[in-house]
Amino acid sequence: MSQTISLPASERAQSRAGRRRVGGRQRVGGRQRAGYTFVAVYVLLLLFFGFAPSVYAIYLSLTRAGGNWAGLSNFFSTGRDFRFLPAFEHIGTYLAIWLVALVVLVLFLALMLHGGVRRTVPYFRFLFYMPGALAGAASVLVWLFMLDPGVSPYDSVLSLLHLSSLGQTIAPGHLPGIFAVIAFWTGAGGWIVVMNGALNNISDEVIDSAKIDGANAWQLAIHVKLPLIKKWVVYMVILAFAAGTQLFVEPQLVGEASLGLVSNTWSPNQLAYYLATQNANFNYAAAISVDLLLVGLIAAAILVFRSKMFEIE
Amino acid sequence: MLNDDMAQLTVQPATRRPATRASLAAAARVTRPRRLRSSRRVGALLVWFIVMLAFTAFFVVPVIWLLIAPTKTDHQLVFENPMAFGSFHTFLQTWDKMYDFQAHELLAWLENSALYSVGGVLLALACAVPAGYGLALTEFIGRKVLLSITLLVMIMPASALVLPLFLEMNLLQLENTAWSVVLPFGFFPFGVYLSYIFFSSTIPKELLGAARVDGCSEWGVFRRVALPLARPIVALVGFFAFVSDWTNFFLPYVMFYNDRQYPLPVGLQYLIANTSAFNPTVAVAQSPVLRPELAIATLLAIAPVFIVFLFAQRALVTGMLAGGTKG
Repeated sequence: MSQTISLPASERAQSRAGRRRVGGRQRVGGRQRAGYTFVAVYVLLLLFFGFAPSVYAIYLSLTRAGGNWAGLSNFFSTGRDFRFLPAFEHIGTYLAIWLVALVVLVLFLALMLHGGVRRTVPYFRFLFYMPGALAGAASVLVWLFMLDPGVSPYDSVLSLLHLSSLGQTIAPGHLPGIFAVIAFWTGAGGWIVVMNGALNNISDEVIDSAKIDGANAWQLAIHVKLPLIKKWVVYMVILAFAAGTQLFVEPQLVGEASLGLVSNTWSPNQLAYYLATQNANFNYAAAISVDLLLVGLIAAAILVFRSKMFEIE
Repeated sequence: MLNDDMAQLTVQPATRRPATRASLAAAARVTRPRRLRSSRRVGALLVWFIVMLAFTAFFVVPVIWLLIAPTKTDHQLVFENPMAFGSFHTFLQTWDKMYDFQAHELLAWLENSALYSVGGVLLALACAVPAGYGLALTEFIGRKVLLSITLLVMIMPASALVLPLFLEMNLLQLENTAWSVVLPFGFFPFGVYLSYIFFSSTIPKELLGAARVDGCSEWGVFRRVALPLARPIVALVGFFAFVSDWTNFFLPYVMFYNDRQYPLPVGLQYLIANTSAFNPTVAVAQSPVLRPELAIATLLAIAPVFIVFLFAQRALVTGMLAGGTKG
């Protein structure tokens, strides 16, 4: 890391001088220094807004309010907090529903599109991914309306489920499913577009030879197309998992609209935020942040180093 | 008719090529009994369209509802058909009411959103494009390490860093300033990776070598040769950075405690807290927000990203698939 920090001005001047002499070692050295200047600003931001906050959070999580060493006690204390396990259970349930729905439905729709009427595909694809423009707070707001039997166009569906008020629909037990629906509504379309792109990359030769061997549309989709886009499914699942553990805006906004029915420490990120701002306990907040940071980092490491998705030459 | 036949005849020789697997497959298809095939095909087609339209309804109905909601009063919203259009006059009234909310606060949020996102995008571009170039086309010690770290941070969800960033900004006493969101927005490893892929796959090293022989400095090579070719990647990185900055809720939510400084997404949360339908206690307060007003504020919040989306579907595919071009 340390080698990549930007060079002082005098050295930069020297590198310029080195470059003027054509050929030989000094030139390569000059080019190397030029490499550092190209990445310098990025590395500065990486250090200040990626590295430093992580290190500072780890430091806080290992110390007490006065700065004394605390070992892992903050992790144990927050782990024993009565809100800690429920928060992780909540996102666990949410992730189980969301990931299964995502994989099954995205693959289903992408394969349907790929095997369907060619001319209509761009239109469907666009309509599916359009709600992505409402990612974040806007999507939650829209779904607060959709889930309110008083104003929702889905009121007949809601009454079939015996839900007659917003309070009933957003009862705490329903939340993992509701957040999965919201996440699917905003996120699935983008993934369908991606899977569709991956499917379009399969060569006609492969598909035609499968057809000659007598494969029907179903067999073609399951035994030929699916294995060829498997790595994209892994990519999608890991990204969705990592993002899903970080749930914040959804429970925060739904909680705001629920008149205290939904706890404001529903997800781990909310709990950490609550501990930092309401209890002013930065050390506990940092401990939970570090837990979440580790989950995200491990998921990323698996994808980067184990999946062969990325090749770092 | 005759002309058509003639055309087919004349085309024939050109299309006569060694029997490929494709043409064999076509031949195989033709030999199946026709009527059976066509009736089954129509059935399959029908099922296909029904499934597609059902999912389209799921995805599109909420958006249409949101577009219609401000054309109705709160009363109409509850008692009329949810998908019925109100009137354009009501739409304007709703807008006026929302616009007047707490001394044009909506306008302040819009300005903040624009400031934070544009600042974030410009900073992200200024650091990501040269960094991607440096990683792809120059050699230096630590390059692979930097690339690996970039990938890790890119996959790791940005929200995992929000609370640590809050703790850091608190220490630096930068919270509640534009810097507290613009600077973290500028740190955009996905953009660096996209630029890296772009430069390593589209610009041959020999081209840069030729420029160097012609006496270009390293910076000159980047500015005169690489940058003019990099317009597509600037657009792509700009697109992704803008969408993620504009829709970001968590970071500005924790950084700002003064509601005048909120960007639109955080402003929406503030509005929910002041909407009588969700929070009856504010009904007694001076100016509760009604649902059509909330809908119109949401429309304003999504409009820029929506417009960008209309023109950038291809960008999305290119960007998302870029991850695998090396694998």
